[in-house]
Amino acid sequence: MKRDLLLFAGFSLLVMMAPQFFRGSYLMNVLVFVGINTMLAIALNLLLGYAGQISLGHAGFFGLGAYVSGIMTTTFSVNPWVAMPVAAIVVGGLAFLIGFPILKLKGHYLAMATLGLGIIFYITFNETYEWTGGPSGLSEIPNLQVGGIIFNSDVKNFYLIWGVTLAVMLFALNLANSRVGRALRAVHDSEIAAQVLGVNARLLKVQIFALSAIICSLAGSLYAHTMTFISPTSFGFNFSIELLTMVVIGGLGSIYGSFLGAALLTLLPEILRGANDYDIVIYGGLLVVMVMYMPGGLVRGISALYRKFVKQKPETGHA
Amino acid sequence: MLEVSGIIQIFGGVTALDAVSFSVAKGDITGVIGPNGAGKTTLFNIISGIYRQTAGTVLLEGKNVTGFPPERLARLAMVRTFQNIELFGGMTVLENVMVGMHTKSSSGLLACALKIPWSVSEERRIREGAAKWLEFTGILDLSDHAADSLSFGKGRLLEIARALAALPRIILMDEPAAGLNSQETLALAQLIKRIRDLGITVVLVEHDMELVMDICDRIVVLNLGRKLAEGTPREIQESPEVIAAYLGDDD
Repeated sequence: MKRDLLLFAGFSLLVMMAPQFFRGSYLMNVLVFVGINTMLAIALNLLLGYAGQISLGHAGFFGLGAYVSGIMTTTFSVNPWVAMPVAAIVVGGLAFLIGFPILKLKGHYLAMATLGLGIIFYITFNETYEWTGGPSGLSEIPNLQVGGIIFNSDVKNFYLIWGVTLAVMLFALNLANSRVGRALRAVHDSEIAAQVLGVNARLLKVQIFALSAIICSLAGSLYAHTMTFISPTSFGFNFSIELLTMVVIGGLGSIYGSFLGAALLTLLPEILRGANDYDIVIYGGLLVVMVMYMPGGLVRGISALYRKFVKQKPETGHA
Repeated sequence: MLEVSGIIQIFGGVTALDAVSFSVAKGDITGVIGPNGAGKTTLFNIISGIYRQTAGTVLLEGKNVTGFPPERLARLAMVRTFQNIELFGGMTVLENVMVGMHTKSSSGLLACALKIPWSVSEERRIREGAAKWLEFTGILDLSDHAADSLSFGKGRLLEIARALAALPRIILMDEPAAGLNSQETLALAQLIKRIRDLGITVVLVEHDMELVMDICDRIVVLNLGRKLAEGTPREIQESPEVIAAYLGDDD
């Protein structure tokens, strides 16, 4: 318990110091995206890594949060601080309603259904152009503002996004090591045994699906208010797959893994920029190699290496 | 304690159970035996709410619980174990038992994630309670091991500890001795008696006749989906119908 808290405090400190090193560089903006993607990866990991339920449509919830927030603040001139929670409630409520029928499905069927869901959202963003601006997007979304501070620079946005991201991380870490987190992992390992012990698996899956969607919506709203421009291409099928890759590469069922996965997949294209036309090949190759040699994800791979070379102690328990 | 009446289960034209009725007295160890394919596990799956029977009712402590899902039965203090132990393999031994206390705790999603003070103290209570049941089954020293690293025998003990953590008034065990060696089976017999001594009613499906005759207060015999006999171990051993079903007719 103490160690977990210390680890989180250390991590938070490192994050908060980052702008000292990257201030003014292009990387500052990329790190803002790392924060947003970390939130999204954690949201998907709660569903996939803990409850064992796949979603290939999470970019849709991300987009929905962005559009609800964006439309409310532009068309209806609502204060962004009001629009964000409203978006979260709308998206969470929708996910809750969709969750009941859709989470009856298992495995590949659930993958197909959520894939369809993501595509429906994407088409909706494109086709309801009176509201969303269609393919040309929605612009002039206002920045968030606290007192006299307007969050309109990379450094300010970094602190805003990472403040929320750290809160989401702590929230997820607490949840994972609690009665509800254990029930989720139990449903993952043996749904029938969990039910026999009194876990309402169906309701729990729907709840976590809704919570996951709410986190995505929050990330979407923050994205809209920091970028001030959104368009459907950011919320398509490709991005759902990218989120899935972040979660798997980072490590299923590991919150810090979600950060590592999000950081790696967000930074890698920037690092590989120098390789010109070969960047996508190297990117793909790296992913294949990592999945082959670190099938448990980055977090477990790194801790296994650590044990192998430093501590020489066999692995026990849950990472 | 438990009253099963007129249970009929038809699987696509095959009658798996045909009007099976029996009752289990509070505080007894009741054994359900029968040759392979007699319908014992089907009966268990119906009582524990996993299957929905074609006809018939189940009364638990006088309450009609026919068609209740397993999680509702758990709240009414009935739990079960499985023939092929169903552990939460990715979790530690202690965490497995902590899940057993699900119905005896109440922190919701937000209380857990925000670490509301009472959910923190509840977490401590869950941890201590779980350790107590690991001690009861004699595997406390394995607390931090991954559940999927246990031997089959230890896994069985873990599954029982996890079920007991739910503080059941009745526990159903589906072939608890399956896959155990003779020494483990002897220890299991003692454990089941100790569970009964806690005032918990035990119902078990079992193939190991020695175990059944040793620990059961009453025995129900099923054959080909029908109840063949019911009585004390002595009555069952002397029943001509049971002998015929197990050893085959002479004529």
